[in-house]
Amino acid sequence: MNRTQKVITENFNTYKVEQIDKYIENGGFQGLKNALEKGKDFIIDELNISGLRGRGGAAYPTGKKWNGGRQTHADVKYVLCNADEGEPATFKDRELLVKDPYKVLEGLAISGYTFGAKEGFIYIREEYEFLHDKIRKAIKLAEENGYLGKNILGTGFDFSIKVFSGAGAYVCGEGSALIESMEGKAGRPRMKPPRIGVAGYMGKPTQSNNVETLAIVATVLKMGAVNYAKYGTEKSIGTKMISLCGNVKKPGTYEIPFGMSLREIIYDIGGGIVGDKDIKFLQLGGVSGPLMPKKYIDTKYTYEDLEAEGFGIGSGAILVADETKSVIKFLESVSYFFFHESCGKCTPCREGKRQMKKLLDKMSKGTATTKDLKNIEKISRIMTDASFCGLGQTAATAMLTAIKYFSPELCSSIDEIKAL
Amino acid sequence: MTADIFDVNKILKKYEYKDSSLIPILQEVQKLNEEKYISEEMAKYIAAEMKISKTRIYEVITFFSALNDKPKGKYFIQLCNSTVCEITDKDLIENALVSELGIQVGETSQDKMFTLEYTPCFGACDVSPAMRVNKVVYGNLTESKIKSIVSKLRGDTHE
Repeated sequence: MNRTQKVITENFNTYKVEQIDKYIENGGFQGLKNALEKGKDFIIDELNISGLRGRGGAAYPTGKKWNGGRQTHADVKYVLCNADEGEPATFKDRELLVKDPYKVLEGLAISGYTFGAKEGFIYIREEYEFLHDKIRKAIKLAEENGYLGKNILGTGFDFSIKVFSGAGAYVCGEGSALIESMEGKAGRPRMKPPRIGVAGYMGKPTQSNNVETLAIVATVLKMGAVNYAKYGTEKSIGTKMISLCGNVKKPGTYEIPFGMSLREIIYDIGGGIVGDKDIKFLQLGGVSGPLMPKKYIDTKYTYEDLEAEGFGIGSGAILVADETKSVIKFLESVSYFFFHESCGKCTPCREGKRQMKKLLDKMSKGTATTKDLKNIEKISRIMTDASFCGLGQTAATAMLTAIKYFSPELCSSIDEIKAL
Repeated sequence: MTADIFDVNKILKKYEYKDSSLIPILQEVQKLNEEKYISEEMAKYIAAEMKISKTRIYEVITFFSALNDKPKGKYFIQLCNSTVCEITDKDLIENALVSELGIQVGETSQDKMFTLEYTPCFGACDVSPAMRVNKVVYGNLTESKIKSIVSKLRGDTHE
């Protein structure tokens, strides 16, 4: 049975960006109306009931973040929509922006109201350049219809949104690096504290949220948190956008209730494996996520069930690799990516990746020794513990889980050497 | 300089010469150049006009993948080599491209028609293996698709 849902995605394929009237007919901007009418305490309560956790990957409770944020006082504050979706295997934010841009803008306006910002930015990655003008058009139409701009819905709330284009850097998904680039600099993460919520864009408090998070905020405030909370499990409330890809028959973006098993997702939604092959491993949450061997595919897709086994939801990416794929080749691709994307600021990340690349070359050539494997594990742990930002801290996750679950494959040559 | 100084000045004015707008400025200036890059001469000019150091300009250009300090061919082909494309047979596509174009990854053809490079994931994993040609995504690639895309692009030039 295909258990996909249409809650966050309720408006998909119902309107084109020119048709803001259709969005409004579908109940669009009702979330914003409710928010402005009932006030900030109501918004926070609803978010808490909805159990919403940040959908960019960090999974921090949104209600908690927003409640803290609104208590920061400053003359000027900003809100951001982080549409720098750079995590390989992830494309659900792209789908949201393509198929329901107004819902994302609505969520950003609600975030601006709650945080006390008059100006918001939507930071869209360069690779989604085809979206930039579309979003600009949506902003303009929302302004013309009184949902953005001055005195929104006659409430006295002013809020405008600008599009900012990224320039191709994975690390800019990290909030402070993103802000550095918005200020005209190379996107290297900042030292924390202060966090961007205290001193972000132009030194002012800045609240950043992922695209999907903002779409859910608008959804929850429209339908009511109690209704949204009917989906999912007790601890993982609601629905989730996933990016299903790799060797599955029907790759794509789907909305599912938390609590489905990975097997259901892959076979009932994804149609199974291309060529009806067997699964070898999954990678959850994108390139920074762990490799999950096939034996775990009956695990439920919830925060708690995955965490209990050492995995995570991350960005919502589910990459499926069939039985014919080489773990070493896959790791080389992971390593190449991080090697390319490291900003070079801190030593564990910059040099760790250099060493990892060297050792992977040896593995690939079959000349790696047991000592090399121990070395690579040690370097991976140092990178995870000592890197400056999330990029370096997660760059070795795939390697560490490969060592845990697939060491015979990595070590085939090592045993021969030991026997000499 | 390939780009018209008049247009460059217009961009600088639009952003009020603010260094905080350096990234959109460089992106727009690069778009003016048919070879899709910012020449050293141009970088010097912008630095002088904005009263910032040339080093600052180069730090930004070399940091970001979408800003180039070297010229690209008329058709800039970026083949994704991240994880999803890797396991959906990117190698076959790469071999097809290399043999059709007659250049290796990282090279520009002598007639400056094609540049072939790797690129990190651009979020088209639902149609992997994928590539971008002058930023337009081509997905669900096969060897025969590559042949027809390349010959179409070549045909373009005879118009």
